[in-house]
Amino acid sequence: MSEYAIETRGLRKQFGSKTAVEDLSLDVRRGEVFGFLGPNGAGKTTSVKMLLGLVEPTSGSGRVLGAPLGDRRTRARLGFLPEHFRFQEWLTGRELLHLHARLLGLAAAEGNARTEALLRRVDLTDAARRPIRTYSKGMMQRVGLAQALLGEPDLVFLDEPTSGLDPLGRLLVRDIIHELLDRGTTVFLNSHLLGEVEATCTRVAFVKEGRIVREMRLGESEGIVELEIRTGAISEETLASVAGLARVLEDGAGAGGSTLRLSVADEERIPAIARTLVERGVPLYEIRVARKSLEARFLEVMGEDQRPG
Amino acid sequence: MSGFLTVTRLTLHEALRRRILTAALIAGGAFLTLYGVGLHFILRENSAATMTLIERRVMLNVLTLAGLYAANLLTIMTAVLLPVDTLSGEIASGVIQTLAVRPIRRRDIVLGKWLGHWMVMAVYLLFLAGGVLTLMATLARFTPPRVERGLPLVLLEGTVLLTLSISGGARLSTVTNGMLAFGLFGLAFIGNWVEQIGTYMGNHAAQEVGTVASLIMPSESLWQLAASHMQPSILRELGASPFSPVSVPSPAMVVWAVGYIAVVLAVGVRWFGRRAL
Repeated sequence: MSEYAIETRGLRKQFGSKTAVEDLSLDVRRGEVFGFLGPNGAGKTTSVKMLLGLVEPTSGSGRVLGAPLGDRRTRARLGFLPEHFRFQEWLTGRELLHLHARLLGLAAAEGNARTEALLRRVDLTDAARRPIRTYSKGMMQRVGLAQALLGEPDLVFLDEPTSGLDPLGRLLVRDIIHELLDRGTTVFLNSHLLGEVEATCTRVAFVKEGRIVREMRLGESEGIVELEIRTGAISEETLASVAGLARVLEDGAGAGGSTLRLSVADEERIPAIARTLVERGVPLYEIRVARKSLEARFLEVMGEDQRPG
Repeated sequence: MSGFLTVTRLTLHEALRRRILTAALIAGGAFLTLYGVGLHFILRENSAATMTLIERRVMLNVLTLAGLYAANLLTIMTAVLLPVDTLSGEIASGVIQTLAVRPIRRRDIVLGKWLGHWMVMAVYLLFLAGGVLTLMATLARFTPPRVERGLPLVLLEGTVLLTLSISGGARLSTVTNGMLAFGLFGLAFIGNWVEQIGTYMGNHAAQEVGTVASLIMPSESLWQLAASHMQPSILRELGASPFSPVSVPSPAMVVWAVGYIAVVLAVGVRWFGRRAL
């Protein structure tokens, strides 16, 4: 058995003259929560659809759970929550899950047991007899999450799973993702809600214009640290010395003092900066060290030219 | 339960839950009521005393065929409209994605939907045609000949349009698909009239236009064949009613229609199989 849940090489999808995905080459290990990040229109959803067999790639190859893309038997081991979570709205929540149990080929008793357990898990037992069209956006997403988990999948694709949810709903999704991680399920999370990704993912890939531009393990130091320093009055000369040790991101000089935002290549520079300030008689009130947020990295990777999608 | 039967069951469930069947039955019930009331008054005016037996039989046969023609039209409308957005609509909304990622074949989705809708259409035709025939049998004690041969042809005609409507939805948008299906139906209708008039006037070119139209869309030929079965040969030969074709379509048209359905369905399955969802 391959150690990878997803392996792709040069997957490309062209719709007419438009290239949705340029080159998807990706390895996702079994059991990891993988974040797939990018602005709207970067090709995230098309990539997921190729991995699920909903869209045939124009070129390239890939394997999901060791089988070729779209393999019918393997699809029994996949779960999928689509981005726009549209379901047969005339079904009740319970009927929807029963339908998917039949599509999965589960025996009736097993399907019923899993349906009831999942309805409880996503807190929809009370609403299970109501047609889905009466559900709020959050309820619809929760029933969608339940159908994605019904087959006890080895690999789950969640396309923007928290975009319509209130904070409690998001917490539920986060808890469920952690449960899946504990169970050894691989989770492929498509999202542009970076805070969510940061809280749940073990590894992320940034996708831009249909191509992966950076992959990183979260929690790993990237070698770049941001500092926020509050000082008393600081002279131009001292500032120039500090600028020799770090990149000055912001220089908020006021009448009584200064707030500097700096970035340094490694932590070893921090004592040197402090020493420079103290030796030059600058009162030092506070130094805060901040790892770079995923959002900052995202903007850095995507570049300044990105416009809201 | 196989994917195919699960989708068939889902389709039937949808027809019931979304009150599609109820609406169709109410509209059909209104039609039958009107037909029954009309028949009652016509029979009161034209009793056995005022007509010869032959005249009465001709009149009743024409009235039955008129009722069955209306049933045929309502069935056609249902055959096109009922499934017109079942694929295109679910593709556009994304509903189809959650079905298509399950371990079922894509062709099971198309065929399951086809069978489910076909069953609804067949029940509807049975209700309408059965209603017309029951009213005629009850009120006038008349049953047209060879109903067992005529009605399956009407069902076959509905099946042609239903199949076009479902297969078209695998590739076309809902509106385009509906317009195409009705457009083809209209083409066959006009083509058949050109053929009838051409035959009457002995114009071979006009006859051939009709034949070509019937090959492109066999719906009207099937109705003409059904109607010619469900009337005595004397009525057909006299050309005494709008339902008595001068040029009776060849029985080979049945084989053509069955092949047509198979090919159109296969094309739909292929289109849907390769479609980006």
